[in-house]
Amino acid sequence: MSAHNSNTECSGRPHTVSVLVENRPGVLTRVAGLFARRGYNIDSLAVAATSDPAISRMTAVVRAADEMVLQQICKQVGKLVDVISVNDHTDEAVVARELALVKVNCDENNRAEVIQIITVFRARTVDIADGEMVIEVTGAREKIDAMLRLLDKYGILEMARTGEVILARGLQPT
Amino acid sequence: MNGAEAILQCLKSEGVEVVFGYPGGQVIPLYDALHKVDIRHVLVRNEQGAAFMAGGYARATGKVGVAFATSGPGATNLVTGIADAHMDSIPVVFITGQVPHPMIGRDSFQEADVTGITLPIVKHSYLVQTVEELPWVLHEAFHIARSGRPGPVLVDVPKDIQVAKLTVPLEVASERLRGPSSGLDIDSAQLDAAAEVINASAQPTLYVGGGSLNAAAELRAFAEKTGIPVTWTLMGKGAFPEDHPLSVGMLGMHGAAYANYAITRCDTMIVLGARFDDRVTGKLATFNPEARVVHIDIDAAELGKNRIPTAPVQGDVAAALRALTVRCEPRDRSAWAKRVTDWKESFPLVAHKAMDTGEIRPQHLLDKLTQATAGRAIVATDVGQHQMWTAQFYHPAEPRLFLTSGGLGTMGFGLPAAIGAWFACPEKEVWLVTGDGSIQMNIQELAVAVIEKVPLRIMLINNGYLGMVRQWQELFFERNYSETWLHTVPNGSEVISPDFCRLMEAYGGQARRVTADADVEAAIDWAREVDGPVLLEFVVHEEENVWPMVPAGGDTGKPILEPEGGE
Ligand SMILES: Cc1ncc(C[n+]2csc(CCOP(=O)(O)OP(=O)(O)O)c2C)c(N)n1
Repeated sequence: MSAHNSNTECSGRPHTVSVLVENRPGVLTRVAGLFARRGYNIDSLAVAATSDPAISRMTAVVRAADEMVLQQICKQVGKLVDVISVNDHTDEAVVARELALVKVNCDENNRAEVIQIITVFRARTVDIADGEMVIEVTGAREKIDAMLRLLDKYGILEMARTGEVILARGLQPT
Repeated sequence: MNGAEAILQCLKSEGVEVVFGYPGGQVIPLYDALHKVDIRHVLVRNEQGAAFMAGGYARATGKVGVAFATSGPGATNLVTGIADAHMDSIPVVFITGQVPHPMIGRDSFQEADVTGITLPIVKHSYLVQTVEELPWVLHEAFHIARSGRPGPVLVDVPKDIQVAKLTVPLEVASERLRGPSSGLDIDSAQLDAAAEVINASAQPTLYVGGGSLNAAAELRAFAEKTGIPVTWTLMGKGAFPEDHPLSVGMLGMHGAAYANYAITRCDTMIVLGARFDDRVTGKLATFNPEARVVHIDIDAAELGKNRIPTAPVQGDVAAALRALTVRCEPRDRSAWAKRVTDWKESFPLVAHKAMDTGEIRPQHLLDKLTQATAGRAIVATDVGQHQMWTAQFYHPAEPRLFLTSGGLGTMGFGLPAAIGAWFACPEKEVWLVTGDGSIQMNIQELAVAVIEKVPLRIMLINNGYLGMVRQWQELFFERNYSETWLHTVPNGSEVISPDFCRLMEAYGGQARRVTADADVEAAIDWAREVDGPVLLEFVVHEEENVWPMVPAGGDTGKPILEPEGGE
């Protein structure tokens, strides 16, 4: 009945953890370093100031093999002095969004098909040049993953993703 | 007042009486201001010495220790001591100089990113940005170091801040200080659940860790009311009187076999301020997986880190035990206690006396030390076999008398830690038990002992080897004593270096070499009588091993016992 003690495996489902931190020097390194040191895998990490410039929000998508590992992550992060709160919002009512810029290979022959995908996913074309197109897509992580799978066959030249950010629905704070 | 003076005033108001440190370019303003306040400064010989002295001071008292170092190499020399304090949850505030702000990030002379280097091994750290925040930073640093689960805090102060004029008050409202709050209320539902598990148990064992050192009275009251046998970790040694009828022994790799039996065969383990360290549990999966676990710790992250508790209790061990003593009923556990006592009689820890030749066996030395001091002396150790023999055979009468580097296992800890402990408790007798390997890691601090007239007694157990590593080589690497023989034999002739007694005398202390068991007692008596630092070099049987032993990753319930005939 021992707790999971091999944190290094990258299996497990993704959890979105929202961390409010004081906007002090080094705080990002502290949180990110802790994840690395304890062997927790981060899929993505998005950081920016909140409406209060003294406070930043870090939204991390982490993989945890089980509930115990996730609790460990939250407790360890919660111990950092600059951390104000840590909340795991997996399975809660949240609005989740991520933005991706995708540069795909495309020419006259398949441009129409690509544009059709863009329409279905409510994405946007933000740049077109000879042989390539840059698409902007916003949505939950799964939606972006689905679109990327479809675009894959045309050849994705480059991509940049912001990492997921979330806010709790209703009056409950994130 | 400038920033440097403000630092010292803040230390003063935090109750600091002594600081261990070493000057350098980026702390000259701090040292310039030093003698304007009534704080004693101990000039060490290597910053690592300062870190361990501050750690020894904190371990002996529970109060916050303080160390100073300059930027760059001064700061990096602290690193081992910071890591050591981190692993053992020791409250120390480290104050380092840094190059002036405009020079940071330019690879300036003696610039090192010490906040970056130490990030994983501090409880918290600061790179001070403005002189105005200095008082707040310092007060918060002390608060964080000592509150909740204690630990090291680093404050890196650029030189321009030390010389800048301070215009804000030195006092800081306590509401502004972040960090764990000390008077944390314990959830009564958790206490009820824990009491229920304990009351239902016929065969429980207490597993007492370093987080229990402030809870000795509460532990005793709880154990006596409930009749539960007490085992402890290396760090928990001293929390419970070892001559008490309920006292069992130390757990883990070199713990007593009967203590390991008592923890691995109990139906419920009650874990107090301990963390299921691998040196105690061996292989986690075989560490009494059926037992129910009541785990009390002030650090929520320890509850479920290595072992899922049946009943977790987050809170201070002393407060939790007070509440549990009320909730737990006395119960006849004498049958279980008797089983434990039987193990104790069948598988005793043996403090071997002499070899037939009269050669000294090291265990005997520690036995003699307990007898001579009645367990009232502070005994610091280094790391290795001598550390384990001390843990097995020195019986401290109270908490905070046995000082050892547990989590990091740092050779070189002992000498400076013993010196630091004496500055904290100058009225106490202080001993260092060390090895011929370990003492050479910070031997330069002998100068501090001599100059500061520290009446330190050193028991140097000279076995010619890096003994603990040699033991592993003997047992697990077919006696391939690769690089563990300290008297290297380059061309067939043995070279003994250094001559520890003459070295001690060169530093200005007194020394005696003892080679016969018959002379041990007289030597210890002599050392207890002379003034100032004294070194006893005991030349002992070289290939002595520490028994019993649970090999790394092994089954704690099945320790390897000493081979028949005492080897
Ligand atoms: C700084 C450091 N380096 C290396 C080790 C690995 N190590 C553990 S015990 C030991 C031998 C210690 O020898 P000595 O001080 O002579 O003590 P003995 O085991 O002989 O009693 C060594 C090298 C360590 N613990 N710390």
